[in-house]
Amino acid sequence: MNLEYIGLKEISGPLVVLEGVENPSFEEMVEVTVGREKRLGRIVEINGDICVVQVFEGTHGISLTNTRTRLLGKPLKIALSKEILGRVLDGAGRPVDGLGEIYPEKYLDVNGQPINPVRREYPRNYIQTGISTIDCLTTLIRGQKLPIFSGSGLPHNQLAVQIVKQAKLAGESHDDFAIVFAAMGVKHDVADYFKNSFRSSGVLDRVVMFLNLANDPVVERIVTPRCALTAAEYLAFEKDMHVLVILTDMTSYAEALREISSSKGEIPSRKGYPGYLYSDLASIYERAGMIRGKKGSITQIPILTMPNDDITHPIPDLTGYITEGQIVLDRGLASRGVYPPVSVLPSLSRLMKDGIGEGYTREDHPGLANQLFAAYAKVQEVRALASVIGEDELSDLDKKYMRFGRAFEAQFISQEFGEDRDIIQTLDLGWLLLALLPREELDRLSPELVDKYYKEPDESESRFIRWM
Amino acid sequence: MGETSQGTIYGINGPVVRVRGDHPFQMMEMVLVGHERLIGEVIRILEDETIVQVYENTTGLRPGEPVISTGRPLTVKLGPGIIGNIFDGIERPLTSIAEKTGPFIGRGTVMDNLDAEKLWDVRILVRSGHILKPGRVIAEVQETPSVVHRIMVPPGIEGVVDEVVKDGRYPITKPLVRIKNGKAIHDLTMVHEWPVRIPRPYSRRLPTNEPLVTGQRVIDSLFPMAKGGAAAIPGGFGTGKTLTQHQLAKWSDADIIVYVGCGERGNEITEVLEDFPKLIDPRNNRPLMERTVLIANTSNMPVAAREASIYTGITLAEYYRDMGYHVAVMADSTSRWAEALREISGRLEEMPAEEGFPAYLPSRLSEFYERAGMVETLNASTGSISIIGAVSPQGGDFSEPVTQNTKRFIRCFWALDKSLAYTRHYPAINWTDSYSEYTEDLRDWYNKNTAPDFMEKRERISRILQEESKLLEIVKLIGSDILPDEQKLVLESARVIRQGFLQQNAYHEQDTYVPIIKQYHMMKSVLRLHDQAAKLVAKGIPVSVIRKTGVFEEVVKAKYTIPNDDMEAFEELDSRIESVLSGIDEDYSGTERRRHA
Repeated sequence: MNLEYIGLKEISGPLVVLEGVENPSFEEMVEVTVGREKRLGRIVEINGDICVVQVFEGTHGISLTNTRTRLLGKPLKIALSKEILGRVLDGAGRPVDGLGEIYPEKYLDVNGQPINPVRREYPRNYIQTGISTIDCLTTLIRGQKLPIFSGSGLPHNQLAVQIVKQAKLAGESHDDFAIVFAAMGVKHDVADYFKNSFRSSGVLDRVVMFLNLANDPVVERIVTPRCALTAAEYLAFEKDMHVLVILTDMTSYAEALREISSSKGEIPSRKGYPGYLYSDLASIYERAGMIRGKKGSITQIPILTMPNDDITHPIPDLTGYITEGQIVLDRGLASRGVYPPVSVLPSLSRLMKDGIGEGYTREDHPGLANQLFAAYAKVQEVRALASVIGEDELSDLDKKYMRFGRAFEAQFISQEFGEDRDIIQTLDLGWLLLALLPREELDRLSPELVDKYYKEPDESESRFIRWM
Repeated sequence: MGETSQGTIYGINGPVVRVRGDHPFQMMEMVLVGHERLIGEVIRILEDETIVQVYENTTGLRPGEPVISTGRPLTVKLGPGIIGNIFDGIERPLTSIAEKTGPFIGRGTVMDNLDAEKLWDVRILVRSGHILKPGRVIAEVQETPSVVHRIMVPPGIEGVVDEVVKDGRYPITKPLVRIKNGKAIHDLTMVHEWPVRIPRPYSRRLPTNEPLVTGQRVIDSLFPMAKGGAAAIPGGFGTGKTLTQHQLAKWSDADIIVYVGCGERGNEITEVLEDFPKLIDPRNNRPLMERTVLIANTSNMPVAAREASIYTGITLAEYYRDMGYHVAVMADSTSRWAEALREISGRLEEMPAEEGFPAYLPSRLSEFYERAGMVETLNASTGSISIIGAVSPQGGDFSEPVTQNTKRFIRCFWALDKSLAYTRHYPAINWTDSYSEYTEDLRDWYNKNTAPDFMEKRERISRILQEESKLLEIVKLIGSDILPDEQKLVLESARVIRQGFLQQNAYHEQDTYVPIIKQYHMMKSVLRLHDQAAKLVAKGIPVSVIRKTGVFEEVVKAKYTIPNDDMEAFEELDSRIESVLSGIDEDYSGTERRRHA
């Protein structure tokens, strides 16, 4: 069955068309030999004996006559064993760190299979990240998929690194913890930044890196997150590890998808993205979670840069519909020097309701988070008013909200890179800030909780005076 | 079926497979594709080619593999064992799939849709000699402690009862009743099949004048839904569509809930599976799972089955409606279904209409929503289907095709609002954009079954909210300090309505579900406070003075402090309002008098 097909019928962008193929199967891998170079490809459409093949390494240098193509008889699988920890692989799962091949325990299909919802375990264990805005307001839960919506030039990479560093400390034991890092179309510097940060925090031997950098082939980018998640599933569900997966940058991924879709001549939907962008993104994001009866878990932190900071752009929009919340970064805060510039109001964690409060964090957490959201939303209204009539003309209550807003941004949202606040510190800080507001304003909290936790206004006045 | 009734695969593009061969396939026929016998459906027939959409992942299919004709359309099996179960988009039970293929869903797993081995306690209701028409109930089975399953003569079959079995325990495949119609003999079992794309027959439509009580104040009081009605919940991500759908699935007073998780998150289905068996139906103190069916096609399950899941759900609903039940169908989300249509249409290279959606999107939506309704069934009982469809507009923009076309076929529109969600005002149903066309149909019911002035109170509440939104325009420009006191009072009362009435806490034991009568009393207290305070304001007492007494907060907190079953507490609240306000009045007129003296 080792037939080789010489030459091609057609070449278009990253796609080549083969004719006279015997017995191809859908999504089968092929090997295209151009001169001495071997390239990988995948069959994406079959019509009789004509096959459309995506070439991962691109089609440069290919002519209609200079290729020999061989069908490999199987879909894309990657070699996996526990040895992958500490390794650097390319976007299609082949080692590029010069340490030799991976001795495989198993080959797994990168497409994976959907987790049966009846076998999922509903995620409830919260992960302390040491970042107040995340821990208190958009709590990260083990097994969650919580993306960072960012923009070019915003510190999403630092935030991801800080989460990795600090979340690790709160984890139970060091041994069952792993990080899968997938870079799609990011610059070398970004990949290096992550690598150096992993090294400096001493976790490099627990990290698998899949790198498809900005100058790597576009088609390979399509399989990069799938390879990474296959590795993550292997570590989580066969090796009982808690895996944190960082996918960056999902925008480049979606753009690669668009590029291929348009060279296939598919009918575009919004902004030229293919109609199946939602299903395709879901096939990545849904590979997070926990399975009943298995010890491991997959927590995903995808990073995407919103084109033109537009949250209604199809990529962040469809992502938000699939993921369990989002952490949105804000350019305005960043330019005022607030780190991490988490835009509190549009940020959300859908799973936090079942992972916080009594028995998880502290009884006042849900109410306090709600109250902070409501108060900060009110601050926005008051600011809008102040920009029209001037701050001096505001009512006394509104002035209090202005002061609260400034202190909240300077002390609660803002924290040092490397500052690790535990959840109790974060919650107490929240109460201290609320003391800047009159007690009657705390309408989202039960009176018992207010009695128990409401701080002395004087204390918070003196603590926050220089920020207000 | 012989070997001749088949074609062979010619081309494959995602879920779309091109088939060639001599066999004359029928439109919408169910076919088995490839050696693994993946389920598919014929969606287009050309001169030399038949196009099939496959309900499973097509990786690894090869040209030349067989495509077997079944000669019948995509059907579901209807019989005991549906309630409390969870199925995929084409009615395969996910628990059985899990037993077969483990935690991940494998392909080509052919299995019984309903448990064929389980024995059911059957009570036969017909005797030989009875003349049976379609829809006639021939036997009863206690399907769950909450639901009696009525076995009916399937549509299209009639005749005279020839033989019946005795009452007893039988599996669903056991023939119970034999009927003769001339020479034709039909053996009726507990189960029959029905094609999902064809609405089940009923004898006539009835008016929709009974509400679907949901226990959610903003819905029941301001934008009520009728049993047999159709509603849409549009909202961008994070506005709480799914939370609202879950609340409705939990608390609405339907007999049966069909929850279709169409292209949504796996964990949300898991949440329902974990919560519903624990939650107790307030009406019969049984777990809610005993009246619920789940259809799950999560966003990473095959897209063609997503298209089918909506039809599967509504067909199961119609079956229970025919037994005389009130069924509510939650479809979350219809946008994913529309996108599945778009994806398949794109692969067929059809000419797209708006935003790439196929031109038949509106007709498909209307066909779906028209399957809602209050009807007299073939056996002369009354049943209904209410459809509540979530819509996920792209970019939260309601002008996109799915929201706009849906709006034409529903009569109840609960618009979710991002800015309300940002302030954690849940349910984030915006009271200026939402509407219900059922309000007039339901007026009599409300006035008769709650209080004669319910609708009047409701209208006053919405007037205050309207006035508030007008005033807020002004406040945005000049601040609220400059407003005259009667307008400040409107703002204050509106705040009480928003925080004390419209906001509802799904995680609070009492507040998660509120009976209509309590909703009425809450509205009444707010209005009483508003009216009494207005009198004081007219006397020149500033709103700030009234506010200082904390009486507004007391009314806001009533939702927590007054239990759902203690309506007398409202009288105490009212007399409290009375005494606080008259206290102010006395103090104030006292000071006034002293000043004049």
